[in-house]
Amino acid sequence: MTSTALRSRARKLLEMVTTPLLPSDYLDLVSPLRAGADLRGRIEAVHPETGDAATVVIRPGRGWRGHTAGQYVRIGVDVDGVRLWRAYSLTSPTDRQDGRVTITVKAIPDGKVSNHLVRRAKPGTLIQLDQPTGDFVLPQAKPAKVLYLTAGSGITPVMGMLRDTGFDDVVMVHCAPQPQDVIFRSELHDLVADKKLRLTEVHTDTDGMLDIARLDELVPDWAERETWACGPAGLLDAAEEHWSEHGVQERLHTERFRPSIVVAGDGGEVTFSTTGKTVDAGGATPLLDVGEEAGVLMPSGCRMGICFGCVTPLKAGAVRDLRTGEITEAEPGVLIQTCVSAAAGPCDIER
Amino acid sequence: MTAIDPTAHLTAEQIEELGRELDAIRDEVIADRGEKDAAYIRKVISAQRKLELVSRGVLLFSLFPPAWLIGTAGLSVAKIMDNMEIGHNILHGQWDWMRDPKIHSTTWEWDHVSPSEQWKHSHNELHHTYTNVIGKDNDLGYGIMRVDEDQRWHPFHLGQPLWNFINACFFEYGIAAYDLELGKNLHKRRRKNPEFRARARAVGRKIRKQVLKDYVIHPLLSGPSFLPTLAATFTANLVRNIWTHSVIMCGHFPEGVQVFERRSIKGETRGQWYLRQMMGSANISGSKAMHFMTGNLSHQIEHHLFPDLPSNRYAEVAVKVRALFEKYELEYVTGPLPKQVLSAWHKVFRLSLPNKKPKVKTPDREQELIAA
Ligand code: FES
Repeated sequence: MTSTALRSRARKLLEMVTTPLLPSDYLDLVSPLRAGADLRGRIEAVHPETGDAATVVIRPGRGWRGHTAGQYVRIGVDVDGVRLWRAYSLTSPTDRQDGRVTITVKAIPDGKVSNHLVRRAKPGTLIQLDQPTGDFVLPQAKPAKVLYLTAGSGITPVMGMLRDTGFDDVVMVHCAPQPQDVIFRSELHDLVADKKLRLTEVHTDTDGMLDIARLDELVPDWAERETWACGPAGLLDAAEEHWSEHGVQERLHTERFRPSIVVAGDGGEVTFSTTGKTVDAGGATPLLDVGEEAGVLMPSGCRMGICFGCVTPLKAGAVRDLRTGEITEAEPGVLIQTCVSAAAGPCDIER
Repeated sequence: MTAIDPTAHLTAEQIEELGRELDAIRDEVIADRGEKDAAYIRKVISAQRKLELVSRGVLLFSLFPPAWLIGTAGLSVAKIMDNMEIGHNILHGQWDWMRDPKIHSTTWEWDHVSPSEQWKHSHNELHHTYTNVIGKDNDLGYGIMRVDEDQRWHPFHLGQPLWNFINACFFEYGIAAYDLELGKNLHKRRRKNPEFRARARAVGRKIRKQVLKDYVIHPLLSGPSFLPTLAATFTANLVRNIWTHSVIMCGHFPEGVQVFERRSIKGETRGQWYLRQMMGSANISGSKAMHFMTGNLSHQIEHHLFPDLPSNRYAEVAVKVRALFEKYELEYVTGPLPKQVLSAWHKVFRLSLPNKKPKVKTPDREQELIAA
């Protein structure tokens, strides 16, 4: 018998011993971060960065496969007893020796998870983790000149890159309301002092929003640079337009944090056919929220339309994409992302 | 349906007001539900697992009588915890709000021969919706007993104390048969129904796994302690079955609990639904440990009013609910476990016999006497 066959026999036998639980239910009691367990992490420290941002140091479980600079990770945190999933960029370099990783979180107004992590999370707490993902990453071949264009917490994936890979010629334009709101400010200034980075801070409270046309003046050779941009939708939309106007759109890489939500009309009666629940849903409420409020166990991840951790078959009816307004109608095999879809009339979700 | 309606003094407005007051109690708990509650259920689950693990470990040496005793006692308690405070309550969705897929009514499976899925249907849907409605709520007598004077007596009922005793000993099998509606489905025509057959197969699979674990695998693991371990697991299951059966009998059987007619629930309002739950359930009084070991079903009245509130909240809710019973002059049926069990058994015996003829003199007879 091959060793895999042997192992699966052994597992079956163990399952007979522990039925109706699984052996892992018992192992989780003593070793939740072991290899083979569902991927989890333990918060080991929380360091404040600014008044409303903090870096969370996480020891990931043994199953962690490592990340590439610029990627994000989805984490499931219990806030007031309720498990909530969010995605955060990894800010630690990929070669950190102690096996820990960091995310840096900015508390957004009314943000349940971000405020919890910045202000209340305690070392020792277990969180749920997914493998890191995302294609906002540096290329294999080193570009000669690099521009990082960031605003607010959009600096976080870029910080992961800055800490990970040094380039000969790096320029960064970063926007924040005031100097004290600049996350990682002292580290950035250290890099500047070491001549590893040229930095322009735009303080929007005094300078106003960054007008993308000012780039010519701030970074005259911007069009020659491989650019990574991350920040609010307004900035990214402007950047995309600007880059394509100058015919250099392939040099621009962007990462969007939140979907800009189009307010859709309609709504309707939503049936969760597996659980047999039926509720009325508004046309602007993501079906993920509708399901969760109704007590249906909905898979989810980033909750912003990027991870596909929430895809669920649409069995009947139609839904509207909250970002684009696009209507998707039920057909065999049609999957929808419940976090960015709302009911466009009555529909049936297989959950 | 009982001769005197104990709610007759309430007006329709009062009943609706009562409903609103109960809704308010529920909203308060939900608004306050959070981290502490989540920590509670996690702690209970982890304690149960550790207790079961340790007890099974001790039973490996059950050839030695002290080990047998300790292991059996521990395993009995672990099984009761799994069944009552954990399984029953999770399957009610009391902890779904945590959004933890491991502690969710759609994923939980308990150490019981009835598959969670089937139990949820017969218990959560049928029993909790039609509480104490004769002909609708089969928890009333489980289809093998007569539980109210108004039900027709049949010679079969003479045996009901015996049926009830056997049901208590093998309660988990009774529940599985009941969830399958075995009595109804064993008719020749229904037996072939594919839906029924699929459910029966699921029960078969669950029974096989449970039996294999308790009566084959664990005894085998004990080697020379094979037989004592076998006896220990059998005893633990027996203890758990009799215990849960007793607790559950106390929920709706004791004297003073009302049953209802089918037509009485037509067009029932929210207030009336609440009132039926209040009159159709009975509590068990006792210590904290007692409430814990019953899975807080000792707060059966509160559980029936709010089946999806976390069980650790029933004790505080009970104070407010009881005040409402007083305010509306209703009887809050409660008592210590022995008294309630006895009361329920007394009813089982009493109703195994046909109704006694009413002793009161008939008016005609009185007329005759006066005339004489
Ligand atoms: S939760 Fe990530 S795509 Fe919906």
